[in-house]
Amino acid sequence: MSEVTEAGPLWAALAPVALLALATVGAAVAHTQAARARGEAALSGVGLPFVESARLLRQRRRVTVAADRVLWQVAIGGLPVVAVLMAVVVPVGPVVLVDSPVGVVWFNAMDVMLWALWWLAGWGPNSAHSLMAGHRFLGLALAYELPLMFALTSPAIAAHSLRVADLAAAQQGLWFAVWMPVAFLVFLGAAVAFASWGPFAVAAHADLAGGVLAETSGVDRWLVLVGRHLVLAAAALMAVPLFLGGGAGPLLGPVAWTVVKAVVVLAGLELVAGRVPLVRPERFAEVGWMVLLPATVLQMLVAAVVALGGAS
Amino acid sequence: MTEVVFWVAAVVSVAAGVAVFRTDSMARATYALAASFVAVGVILLAFDLDYLGVIVILMMIMEMAIMALFMIMLMGMNPALMPMSMVHSKRTATAIAVVVFLGLATAALAIPWPGRSGAPAADLTRSLGEAVMGSKMLVMLTISPVLFATIVGTLVLGHPRDRYQRYGDDLDRARPDDPIEGGVGR
Repeated sequence: MSEVTEAGPLWAALAPVALLALATVGAAVAHTQAARARGEAALSGVGLPFVESARLLRQRRRVTVAADRVLWQVAIGGLPVVAVLMAVVVPVGPVVLVDSPVGVVWFNAMDVMLWALWWLAGWGPNSAHSLMAGHRFLGLALAYELPLMFALTSPAIAAHSLRVADLAAAQQGLWFAVWMPVAFLVFLGAAVAFASWGPFAVAAHADLAGGVLAETSGVDRWLVLVGRHLVLAAAALMAVPLFLGGGAGPLLGPVAWTVVKAVVVLAGLELVAGRVPLVRPERFAEVGWMVLLPATVLQMLVAAVVALGGAS
Repeated sequence: MTEVVFWVAAVVSVAAGVAVFRTDSMARATYALAASFVAVGVILLAFDLDYLGVIVILMMIMEMAIMALFMIMLMGMNPALMPMSMVHSKRTATAIAVVVFLGLATAALAIPWPGRSGAPAADLTRSLGEAVMGSKMLVMLTISPVLFATIVGTLVLGHPRDRYQRYGDDLDRARPDDPIEGGVGR
């Protein structure tokens, strides 16, 4: 058992703000790249998240005919909330908000929440393109989820624990990312997929007129866009104790190392995802089931054999 | 604190359960049911049953998200995209509900419940895992193949295209003839 202390309620109030700050860095990276791709000065992208936020927060909300307002609002408001709930089990250095003995499973449960939220975001506006995008995401969700589950299980097996702090502590010798590359890559891919971003942006992509974003406007649209970056930020933060040795590192303290690693992972996710085109959704389902799922099961077998060898 | 969480979650779970039948939309009914189950998961969490609580939340959201699709797809007679009543056979259902409620409530009040003997294990997740993987392993080993065979069987029966359509009458096509190609080219 590794030592982490639970932070007090004041820190809990700060946590969403801190995650939003991390997500803002991610959004700035994404916008910088987009600005470069458009041939504009790259640095102009840094301010774009703020400009876009100011624009959307002043914009009047547009509502479609016969929209399911309740479920739509649940989905839109739920995205940022679930992202924060994902992050609460992640220890930042020696402190964690919720020191859950089953933190890894909790993170996975919040991922599953996103199944419901993306579908509801598609259902809510009573619009064909949104509904198709929501259906499409749910159809692929199992192809994302099963490899992710095994990718999460592998480090948990190696650490003999489901507690996130124990996973970080179990990597004193060698990062899990080094000897569990398949699980690490699948985890990163699933993070992108559940944020519906880049190559896996099936719930909100231009090929379906924006999907769930087709009818959102004003503060609703802002919440969905911010929610995506928050989910990516929460997943990047989780990758640190799960695969990158937690706060371990020379010179800087554990808090600083956790943040540095999370920013690097997040920037990587935003950059790679921004450069790769949409993977054709009807083709990816088979890849998920036939390639990624067996690969992660084998990864889990490797982790189990190593863990058993270490125990005896 | 535990008591507050319990009562709030209990009221939410019952209220969401009522909402399942009061609403006129399949999507709302399904997600009201999901909310009810999540509240039950929260109650388990309040009882320090961490693993069970989280798994209940995880599984129920997953199931309800998929069930919503099926409810909307299969309510063909009474289109689920239009407002519809969530109840039928009201008189029978009311009678059964009243009888069952009275029976259970009487039992709950009349049975002399034994006090708790023994203490919970220190690590409930571990003891749950040991029960499932140890003494109940035979049950799991029996149930898993049956469940898996059921899933495969249902898919085989329910799928509109069989392997002869995909691979030809003698199953000798190198690549299957699918209306939409998969990503692996198989």
